[in-house]
Amino acid sequence: MNFDFSEDQKFLRDEARKFLTAECTTQHVREVLNDDDTSHHEGVWKKVVEMGWLGTAIPEEHGGLGLGMLELCVIAEEMGRALAPVPFASTAYFFTEALKLAGSQAQQAAVFPGVVSGDVVGCYAASEGPGDPQVSKLTTTFDGDTLNGKKIPVTDGDVATHAVVLAKEGSGASLVLVDLTGDGVTRETVDTLEPTRSHAKITFNGAKAERLGEAGHGADLAAQLMDRVAVLIAFEQLGGASRCLDMATDYAKERYAFGRPIGGNQAIKHKLAEMYVKNEVARSNAYYGAWALSTDATELPEAAAAARLAASEAYWFASKENIQTHGGMGFTWEVDCHLFYRRAKLLAVQAGAPKVWKEKLVKALELKNAA
Amino acid sequence: MDFNDTPEEAEFRAEARAFLEKHLTLKSANKIATAEDRKNLLKRAKEWQDIKAQNGYAKITWPKELGGRDGTPMQQVIWGQEEGKFDAPTGPFAIGLGMCIPTVIAFGSDEHKKRYVQKALHGEEIWCQLFSEPSAGSDVAGLKTRAVKDGDDWVINGQKVWTSGAHYSDYGILLVRTDPKVPKHKGLTMFIVDMKQEGVEARPIHQASGGREFNEVYFTDVRIPDSDRLGEVGQGWKVALVTLMNERLAVGGSPGPDWAEIMNYAKDAGTMSDQAFREKLADWYVAAQGYKLTKFRTQTALSRGETPGPENSIGKIITANHLQDICNSAIEMQDHYGLINDPDAAPSDAIFQQSFMWAPGLRIAGGTDEILKNIIAERVLGLPQDVRVDKDVSFEELKQG
Repeated sequence: MNFDFSEDQKFLRDEARKFLTAECTTQHVREVLNDDDTSHHEGVWKKVVEMGWLGTAIPEEHGGLGLGMLELCVIAEEMGRALAPVPFASTAYFFTEALKLAGSQAQQAAVFPGVVSGDVVGCYAASEGPGDPQVSKLTTTFDGDTLNGKKIPVTDGDVATHAVVLAKEGSGASLVLVDLTGDGVTRETVDTLEPTRSHAKITFNGAKAERLGEAGHGADLAAQLMDRVAVLIAFEQLGGASRCLDMATDYAKERYAFGRPIGGNQAIKHKLAEMYVKNEVARSNAYYGAWALSTDATELPEAAAAARLAASEAYWFASKENIQTHGGMGFTWEVDCHLFYRRAKLLAVQAGAPKVWKEKLVKALELKNAA
Repeated sequence: MDFNDTPEEAEFRAEARAFLEKHLTLKSANKIATAEDRKNLLKRAKEWQDIKAQNGYAKITWPKELGGRDGTPMQQVIWGQEEGKFDAPTGPFAIGLGMCIPTVIAFGSDEHKKRYVQKALHGEEIWCQLFSEPSAGSDVAGLKTRAVKDGDDWVINGQKVWTSGAHYSDYGILLVRTDPKVPKHKGLTMFIVDMKQEGVEARPIHQASGGREFNEVYFTDVRIPDSDRLGEVGQGWKVALVTLMNERLAVGGSPGPDWAEIMNYAKDAGTMSDQAFREKLADWYVAAQGYKLTKFRTQTALSRGETPGPENSIGKIITANHLQDICNSAIEMQDHYGLINDPDAAPSDAIFQQSFMWAPGLRIAGGTDEILKNIIAERVLGLPQDVRVDKDVSFEELKQG
C-alpha cells in the first residue's frame, strides 16, 4: 500500500507553502479585492511564473518541467490554501489540460512555451447563463473558422490572452482555441461574489478560432476535461478548507467568552470535529482522484466526481462555520473569513456544481454496475 | 502512488493466504448462520485460535518469546484482511487478546504472564472486559462497584454492564472503586477476576434490537486475592487507559449494507430514476470511499514504518451514522412494506431492517459520537477541555443522578 505522496512530492509541497506564505499573504489577496480595476496580483503572478509552476505538467519538449499530475496536485493544494489571486487554475488546469487532451502537437507547440514563460494566460469559457452548460442550450457557434456568441462568466477572462471555448458546431459541439487579443473579441468585467479572481463577459463577433480535436466531439471532450480539472480543483478546495479549520481552531483557543476560551464548549468542539472529519474525507477522496488522474485509470470519472463532491462539501462547511466560529468579527470586511467563503463558492460552481457531479457519479456507477 | 503490496508484504500475504486456505473455507455471501453453527461457534473458535497460535499467527506483532512472530503492524493488517475473507470464528477472542491480555502483559506479575498469556493465546481461556456500569458509560471513571480490603483479599460488590461474552468467559479484567474519599480518577484499581467463581452472575441484556448478545454482570461478595491486582492501588485509571488504547486498534470495520447494496435494491425495485435517491446515493458513495481510502492512508503509514496520523479517528463517526442513514432510506423506499423484518418476506433478506435496529447501538458502543468528537477536538485539534466539576472533589461528594 502506497497511498500517499512521495518524499519528493512532500518536499515540493513544503517548499510551495514556504514560498506562498512569504509571497502571497491575504494582504496581497486584499490588494486585488479592494481595487475594482485590478484583475489579479501582478507581483504574485510574476513570481509564480518565475517558479516555473505553470509548466509543472507540461512536457519538457514544450519548455515545461515535465513533472506529473501528482506534482501539480501538490501545488494546487498550496495555491488554494494561499487563496492565490492569480489566473493559475485557469491557465495550468483548464487551458493546459484542454490542450493536452484535445490539442494537436502543433497547437501544443504553439502555445505551451508561452504558458511556461507567462506570455500566454489561459481560460475556459463554457457558461452562457444559469444552469449546466449543456450542448443543446449553447448559443455560441463555431463555423469551422470563426466564433460568434457570448460567454458569461469566464473566470480570469479579462486577464487571459487565450481561451478554450465550448461552442456549437453543426448539430454537435466542439472545443475551440481562440486568441482573445485578436479582432472580433470584446470583454467586459463582471461583478461577482469572488472579486479576487476576476470574471468577464466575452463577446465573440466573427473572432478567428481553431478547433481542438474533432468536430462534434466537444461535449465528450469537455466532460473528460472536467474530470481532470475536478481533481486539481479538489486540491485547491482542500487547501482552503484546511486553512479554515486552522483559523477556526486558533480563534477558538484564543477567544474568551464567559471567562474561558470558546473552544472549551462542546457546541464549538463538535462543529470543528465535524469540519475535521469532512476535511479528511475530502483529502482521502482527493488522493484517489490524484492517483486516477496520474495513471489515466478507468476509474477516473467516479474518482474525480467523488473528489470534487467531497471537497466542495468540505470547503463549503469549513468556510461558513469558520465565519460562525469567529462570531461578529467574522462578519467584518477586515477579518479574512469572507475571503475563503467567496473562494469556496467559486471553486464549487466553476467546473460544474455538486448537483451536476452527483448525477455524473451515479451514471458512472451505473455503467460500472452494468459492465 | 499505488495500492500494491511491497514485495515483502506480497510474500507475507501469499503465505497467510495459503495457510488460511489449508484450514478454512472462504466466506459465502448467502450463507446464514444456523442455530447449530452458533452453538458450535465457541468450540470452533477455540480450535482455530489454537491452530493460529501454534503457527505464529495469533499475535503477529508480539515478540516470539510470548508466542508472536515479531511481525510488523502492516503484517497484522494483511493478516486481518485475509482472515476476514474466510469463515474464521474470531469473535470470542477479539476482546481478550485485543485488550485484556495486553493489559496483563503491561501490568501483571511474572506469575500472571506465565499463568494466563499462553492459555489465552492458544484458545483455552476466554477473557472479557468489565468497565462500564449502569451509571458510568461515557464517564466510565464514575463507576461505583466497590472493592473493600479484607486481609489479603478484596471483597467486590456491584454491577457491570454491556460486557461482551461474560457468560462464556473464564477470566475478566475488572475496574473497581477502592477509595471513594479521593477524586474519582484516583480511587480506582484494576483486578483480574475469575468469572466462574461463586458470586459472579452474568445475565443477558435484552437489547433494543431484540437480540441478547451482551450481558450485565453482578458481583456479590466476590473475593479476589490482592496478588491478582494489576498495577498499584489507586492507579486503575492509568491501567484502564492502556486497555482502551488497545480498544481503538481493535474496534473498526464496515458493519453492514452500504451504497452498493442499496443501489442493487433500487435497481431491482425500479427506483433508480428517483432524482432525490440518486443524489443521496452519490453522497453515500463519497462517504464510503472517504472511510475506505482513509484506512488506506493509515495502512500506507504502517507500510512505510511510520506512525499513522490521527485521520483514522474519523472511522466510527462516519460508518455508524452512514449505516443508519442508508437503512432508513431503504426502509422508506419500501414504504409500508418496509416495516417487514422477516428475511423470507422482506427485500434483500431484511438486511436493511436488521441493521436499522443495530445502528443506534453502533453509534454508542466503543465511544459515542459525542465522545469521539470531543476526542478529535481535544487530542487532534488541541482545543481545551470542558469545564470540569469532578476533578478536585472526592468521589462520594460528587452529585449523582
